[in-house]
Amino acid sequence: MTAEPFLEALQQIYPPNRLLNEAAQLVPYESDALTALHARPQAVVIPESQQEVIETVRLCHRYQVPFVARGSGTSLSGGSTPVPDGIVIALNRLNHVLRLDPEQRLAVVEPGVINLEVSRQAAPYGLYYAPDPSSQPICTIGGNIAFNAGGAHCLKYGVTSNHVLGLKAVLADGEVVELGGESLESVAGDLIGLFVGSEGLFGIVLEATLRLLPKPETYRTILAAYSSLQRAGDAVAQIVASGLLPGAIEIMDNLAIQAAQAAVAAGYPLDAEGLLIVELDGEAASVEADYQQLMEIMNASGAYQIVEAKNEAERMRIWKGRKSAFSAVGRLSPDYLVQDGVVPRGRLGEALAEIQRMSSQYNLRVANVFHAGDGNLHPLILYDGREAGAYERAERLAGEILRLCVRFGGSITGEHGIGLEKRQYLPVMFNEADLDALQAIRRQMDPLEIANRGKMFPLLGQP
Amino acid sequence: METHPLTISEIQECIRREARLRASGAGSKSALRPEGGVYVIDMRRLEGIIEYQPEEFTIIAWAGSRMDAVQRCLAEHGQYLPFDPVLVERGSTLGGTVASGLSGPGRYRYGGLRDFLLGVKFLDGQGNLISSGGKVVKNAAGFDMAKLMVGSLGEYGVLVELAFKVFPRPTAHATLLAAYGDLQSALTAMNRLASAPLELFALDLEVNETNHTLLARLGGSAELLPARMERLRARLRDDDPTLRECRVVEWSEEQEIWREAGEFLWVGEGYSLVKIPLTPQRVMSLDQRLGERGAKCRYSVGGNLAWVAWPGPASELDAILGELGLSGLVVLGAPGQPLIGRQTGAAFASRVKRALDPMGKF
Repeated sequence: MTAEPFLEALQQIYPPNRLLNEAAQLVPYESDALTALHARPQAVVIPESQQEVIETVRLCHRYQVPFVARGSGTSLSGGSTPVPDGIVIALNRLNHVLRLDPEQRLAVVEPGVINLEVSRQAAPYGLYYAPDPSSQPICTIGGNIAFNAGGAHCLKYGVTSNHVLGLKAVLADGEVVELGGESLESVAGDLIGLFVGSEGLFGIVLEATLRLLPKPETYRTILAAYSSLQRAGDAVAQIVASGLLPGAIEIMDNLAIQAAQAAVAAGYPLDAEGLLIVELDGEAASVEADYQQLMEIMNASGAYQIVEAKNEAERMRIWKGRKSAFSAVGRLSPDYLVQDGVVPRGRLGEALAEIQRMSSQYNLRVANVFHAGDGNLHPLILYDGREAGAYERAERLAGEILRLCVRFGGSITGEHGIGLEKRQYLPVMFNEADLDALQAIRRQMDPLEIANRGKMFPLLGQP
Repeated sequence: METHPLTISEIQECIRREARLRASGAGSKSALRPEGGVYVIDMRRLEGIIEYQPEEFTIIAWAGSRMDAVQRCLAEHGQYLPFDPVLVERGSTLGGTVASGLSGPGRYRYGGLRDFLLGVKFLDGQGNLISSGGKVVKNAAGFDMAKLMVGSLGEYGVLVELAFKVFPRPTAHATLLAAYGDLQSALTAMNRLASAPLELFALDLEVNETNHTLLARLGGSAELLPARMERLRARLRDDDPTLRECRVVEWSEEQEIWREAGEFLWVGEGYSLVKIPLTPQRVMSLDQRLGERGAKCRYSVGGNLAWVAWPGPASELDAILGELGLSGLVVLGAPGQPLIGRQTGAAFASRVKRALDPMGKF
């Protein structure tokens, strides 16, 4: 057993207030936003410098101790659930924006920087950081990179991977690598593309160079209410097929509307079965012309009510409702599972109808709130964890939804990642050769499999 | 030795049999053609569109497909690949475009090739058919090996099938040409446009003996373009006396300017064409170093990319780029060592190489 010498070695790096190993201190780190899964690590360390992170990883490698890097713990796939006997490396104090270069429109940040903080610091220059996961007021860039986070506005601007220019990282065996640079362009294989979304299995990001965009000149945000969810889904297919390119197209169903309204009074029509949020952004003249075209589509789409945000405050209220929907659903049910499957956009209506059918079959309520423009579903399966077998039933329903997405030609995850939660479903999407290739890459980065062990890959011998 | 396979299994047999192989397309990028002594897999018979649903804005095709055929097919439905594939008229293939990782001026607006590649199927160094990504526009399952392939020059495997995201094609374009007397003035103007909330489709800087000409392209509905162009022009007008000429081009004249840029018709006989990733702040120093050696430069993507026509041997440019801390890819010219200058991530790349091609066949 290596625990004692390992802990002693950690004590050489960390003072007692940054090396936690008392049970009470560890509790907050036992799970992330996927609260159904939890584990107690043997210790949590809180580095304050990149060098401390590097030394910690090297110690883990020497003593063969698994580690999990953690930011704010907002992963919905259990991506930062600790490994029993392993340690958690909490990166929240590596929260410095090291450089903000308005002229080249980039920011160099540490992994513990909060997503929204990047945009906040860029705002005086008319710039912002585009990826906008709903948890952006608290989630960190390190986590965003590990799980290739998306968000409502990825439809037009792309996910995290499209906005990372350079990375400095410590690999699981302690080697420090630098990938990419400051340019939008590169030569040789796109290593940044491979690293982003690797779910912490390669190592830990120490520094990231992010691309900033000029803030759009204007926005127009509309809400359209439908008497059925399928009709809202069909309207999305029509908008996409029309050739319009809105910044975001989102759908919420009645359960999600009720929850969001109760939580933040977003001004949503409470009787709608399906609510569509469409936002156009860009140059004023183009947005105006697109708006006319969009309204023609919306007026013919069977919406019984269409309202537009009249000012920035109303617009923010609409988005606050949408972005707080997951946590708001917590008011409807003691527990829930969030799924993240993707289907081709032309099959959205069909997929939603099928999910509703499964929901009644399993006798579990499902709330839907999702990135419709990308075909990225977020069914929230509501259950009561105190009820015997309820979690297992919710998990089975989640599994059926994932299989449905793959059957429709889609993916089991659009932006939350595989994590701990969906690892048994990776083989539904990929065959043995695909999985072998993924494993081969992983073992080259981490021969001991200590970096975020247990995530992404299915456990052998389990269904 | 060379083979022209029609099926995946033929390629698999070659990979398992031969010691050194390389996939090739049309050879439109002369400096990237396989060297002698390597078994060449000519991919051009593995061609055709596998799946295209215009309403989904995605297309899947075999890697040996000609880019121009795919573009024609997309254009029939008012769609396009917004990263503006280059060297299309030389017969470039989809596989070659991905493996060389080249994006054209349109990369400025919505992103480069890497941002539009949704999924790949490829054969690894042991002949296994590997699939990564998919055909939906968002996908976070597994490591993104599709992006890894962008610019990989065939190092990690033989691409067989590629899925792209496509966008609606703007119905009209217009380009503002602003000619400056010196580079610094042109760069200042370029940065001003780049920081403004204008939806520029391309932002290039063309340099010749007399002028430094900024090319700012807009796309969208034809009725709106004149007013949008006027706003663009207004940002330059109060500029400085070095602005010699400012005019808007449209329609076929405009199309021709960008076609010529994408085909690199300005690169004369006897020059190599080199791609150099860059940042706007480094344009000046690079231009000075290369200009004194007789190179011709065109800056693209708002100063994030230099296309350099280099008159001498690539090894000389390699040394200069090394000193400047820049990397480069020789695209047109003699095959051999296409990657020059300072390369980042080599240690990481060799780990990936060991995973996907442990015997070093590619």
